[in-house]
This record gives sequence, C-alpha cells and structure tokens, in this order.
Amino acid sequence: MAISHRISASLGSARWLSPLLFLLAWEAGSRSGLIPERTLAAPSKVLSTLLDMAVSGELADNLWVSFLRIVIGLAIGVTVGAVLALVAGLSRQGEVAVDPLMQIKRTIPTLALTPLFIVWFGIGETPKIALIAFASIFPVYLNLYSGIRGVDLRLLEGARSFGLSCAEQILHVILPGALPSLLVGLRYSLSVAILVLVVAEQINASAGLGYLINNARDFMRTDIIVVCLMIYAVLGLAADALVRAIENRALVWRPSIVAQ
Amino acid sequence: MDARPTGFSRVTAPQFDPVVRLRDFTRSFGDNTIISGLDLDIAPGEFVILLGRSGSGKTTLLRTLAGLDPTPGQNVIVPASRAVVFQDARLLPWKKVWRNVALGLRQGDVRQRAEDALREVGLGHRLDAWPLTLSGGEAQRVALARALVREPSLLLLDEPFAALDALTRLRMHELVLSLWTRHRPAVMMVTHDVDEAIALADRVVLLDHGRIVLQERIEAPRGERGQVARALRSRLLGALGGQVLEGPSPAEIIALHAGGLA
Ligand SMILES: Nc1ncnc2c1ncn2[C@@H]1O[C@H](COP(=O)(O)OP(=O)(O)O)[C@@H](O)[C@H]1O
Ligand SMILES: [Mg+2]
Repeated sequence: MAISHRISASLGSARWLSPLLFLLAWEAGSRSGLIPERTLAAPSKVLSTLLDMAVSGELADNLWVSFLRIVIGLAIGVTVGAVLALVAGLSRQGEVAVDPLMQIKRTIPTLALTPLFIVWFGIGETPKIALIAFASIFPVYLNLYSGIRGVDLRLLEGARSFGLSCAEQILHVILPGALPSLLVGLRYSLSVAILVLVVAEQINASAGLGYLINNARDFMRTDIIVVCLMIYAVLGLAADALVRAIENRALVWRPSIVAQ
Repeated sequence: MDARPTGFSRVTAPQFDPVVRLRDFTRSFGDNTIISGLDLDIAPGEFVILLGRSGSGKTTLLRTLAGLDPTPGQNVIVPASRAVVFQDARLLPWKKVWRNVALGLRQGDVRQRAEDALREVGLGHRLDAWPLTLSGGEAQRVALARALVREPSLLLLDEPFAALDALTRLRMHELVLSLWTRHRPAVMMVTHDVDEAIALADRVVLLDHGRIVLQERIEAPRGERGQVARALRSRLLGALGGQVLEGPSPAEIIALHAGGLA
C-alpha cells in the first residue's frame, strides 16, 4: 500500500511524464492507422529517419550550410549593431546621426524586405545572409545603446575624480557596465537569426535545413519535416546555452553568480 | 610679499601656503543660489570638518574642491593631487578589490602599491574579492585605500560613514585618524554628526544656507576632548538651530576615542 502510494506520488510530480505519454499516444495513433503517415509520421519513424540521415551525412552537410549562414549573418549583424550603438551611445552627434535611422529601420519588418533583397542579391547565399545580418542588427544596437546610456553616472564621476582619461573611462567603466545589456541583445539577436533563417532558406535553396524541408514537402515526407523541426529547436536551445555560458564567464562579478 | 615687519600674530600662528583657498565663492543652479560669498582656507595637513544640515550645500562645496564641478571665473585654488571618498563607496563591481584601488595608477608596481594600501586599512585578505561581496564598512575601507594610495595632499570625504552602524563608524574614525597621522593630507570631511566632528576635527566649519555661520578650532588633543565637548556641542547645535539634549552620549563617544577601540 505505502509503496504503491509513494510510486503514484512520485509519478504525479514527474515533469517528463506528460511528454512521454504524448509520444506514446502519438505512436499508438500512427500504428493503429488513426494518424496517416502523410499527415504525420510516427515518432519511431522520425527517429529512424534521423538516424539514417545522420549516418548518410545528409543531415550534417545541410546543417553545416545553415550553420554557416547563421554564423556569417550574425557576425556581420552583431558587429554593425555594436559599432552603431557605440557611435550613438558615446557621443551626442553620433546619437543624432544614428538613432533616428535605427528607429526607422525598426519599423520595417525584416522579412518584408525579402523581395527587395532577392531583386538586389539574386537567389544565392547573399540574400539569405543579408536578411539574417539585417535582422540581428537591431537587438544588439538597442540593448547596447541603452546599456551605455544607463551606466551609473556616480561610478563614472568616481572614475573621473581619480583622473581617468576619457578613453580609460570608456574602457574601465562604460563598456563593462554595458556588457550585461549587450549580452541580452545578443540573446535576442540569436533567436531572431534562427527565425529569419527558417524563412530565408525557403528562397530557392539547394542546400540547408530549409532545402530539406522544402524537398520533403514535395514528397510528403513528414518524417523528414519533423526531423528538421527538431533540429531548429536544438539550434535554439544551443544558442541559449551559448549566451548563458558567455554570461557566466563575463559576469562573474554579479552577486547571484558570486553567491554560488 | 608682505612689506610689514613680522607681526606678533605671525610668530604665534605661522602661516603656510594653504592647499585650499576660496575667495567669495558662489555657486548656483539656475536661479537657485546654493553657496554665496564663501571664503575658506585649508592649511596643509589640517583636518577640517564641514558640518551642516541636509541641503545646506556641503556636497556642492566638496564637489567644487574635488574639481568635479566647473568653476569658471571663480577664485578657487585646490591642489592637483586630491582624492575623494563618497558616501557610497563607488567601487566598480566588475573589478576585483585590488584593481579598484589601482584604478588610474600609472607609476611603479601598481599591484604592490594597491596591496600595501589595502593592508593598511586591514583588508589584506580581501585583495581578490569582488566588491559586491564586501560589507558596507569593508567597501568604505577599500574606498579609503583607493584614495590614500594616490598620496593626495587633499583628502575629501563626503559623509563617508553615514550608512554604517555605530560601532563600525567608531572603528572607521580610528582608522581615518591613524591614516591621517601617517600620511598627513589636508582633510575636509563632510558630516552632519556633531559628535563625529568634535572627535575628529582640528577645525569645525559650520555651513548653513551656503554660508559659513560658525568656525570652531579645537586645540585639545583628540581623546582629551571630554571637557570641551559639552560646551562645543551646545554651541554647534545652537548654531545649527537644534535642541541641546543633556546626556552622557557625547562624553562617552569622546571617551571611546581616547583609546578603548583602537
Ligand atoms: N546638480 C544640481 N542641480 C540643481 N540643484 C542642485 C544640484 N546639486 C545640488 N543642488 C541643490 O543644492 C542644494 C544643496 O545640496 P547639497 O550640496 O547636496 O546639500 P548637502 O550635501 O549639504 O545635503 C540642495 O537644495 C540641492 O537641491
Ligand atoms: Mg550631501
């Protein structure tokens, strides 16, 4: 009695239980023919397809292509965003010159630029990377800019009272003070980049995760589509873990992390 | 410079060139005049305490001496080497304690100098700590070390111990006095605590509405101020417009400074 009671109690509080039941129900639905494969492939089928694609190298090749698009696009976007934020954050003239343009840019949804980018850059790699870069500029810009402007003026004044030059104040006070905001911006930029990647890869791609999905759609291979969805989810999780790892290293001085 | 023969007063009170010299100093924000017509000299090595109610302009005056506010067209002389300790320690949280002390130092073995200064304030064991892990008293001691490591000829302290508990504050008084005795900077310390002023100062300057309304020089050595304390206290409190409470508290604090806590 007591043991069965304890088992049911621990099952009742297990968070993995409902996803598992969901998968089992899905599998049962597929096996019994309730869910046709052309609607949604069974979890077991998805898993074996994943293994096949991994073994054949198909997955790694296409993932690598998508990965490169993200990395190059992000590198460009984050750099441009950070430079613009430094210009606008550190000088009044810079703010007057840069900030209005960035606010205008913000009102245009990046994905709405897709047709224009195709006209400009064709249908190769360039428009895909350009879209990712363009979308990832703003989160970094906005957060770093407000981080710089939000630096504690009393700390800055303290540094000034000890005779630090302008460059030293930027290096020792402003930039470290704005770093937490920059990392927040980076986090947003990463998730925006993945979002834009999904759409950008629909542009006549011949490789990459989007290409896999498009191809699978044409052949109604729902198993491959689900595999790609899983890969997108993993990309998102990996991006989050990456930023968190950077934060843990760069912000060791923070009390919550210090306290550990 | 002075054509007259050496006068009597000159013999009894030898004149040094003051490190701080303000003449007819005025400071206003918009139409709001905070300090007007203020004259102030501080001699080398002198310990001056600036006393006054909240809003009387103490911080404004201290910021001027610190060179943090511009003083265009005013007759203001302050030494080039000066250092400030603010009420909030203003340590950079992303720099370890010793790097905060070493901030802006350029000559010599910077790490060694920062270490020595931190040992002097009793924090030799927290060199590599993060500032946000320090207690209020420790943070303020780091701020003291950061100021003294520059060997300033003028040390400015703006209510540095106001946020500390009474016992920690007494310890900090001892520390400040011993550091001052060793390094002999001119000190101007702002406080609104009359007993703190009596215990520490060579001279108490009382500010009200941006004017100096009373100055008291205290000749008695620190630790032997029990007798003068009561009269001084009622004069200062009277000038501040406060009520003089009869009680043993000032004498006790002065007595504490006579040695018990060092
Ligand atoms: N930057 C400023 N702009 C406008 N008013 C100020 C500024 N700084 C101080 N004041 C005013 O000057 C007065 C004196 O302030 P302060 O010197 O800080 O007083 P205390 O340090 O004696 O408490 C206050 O009334 C305050 O409002
Ligand atoms: Mg003040």
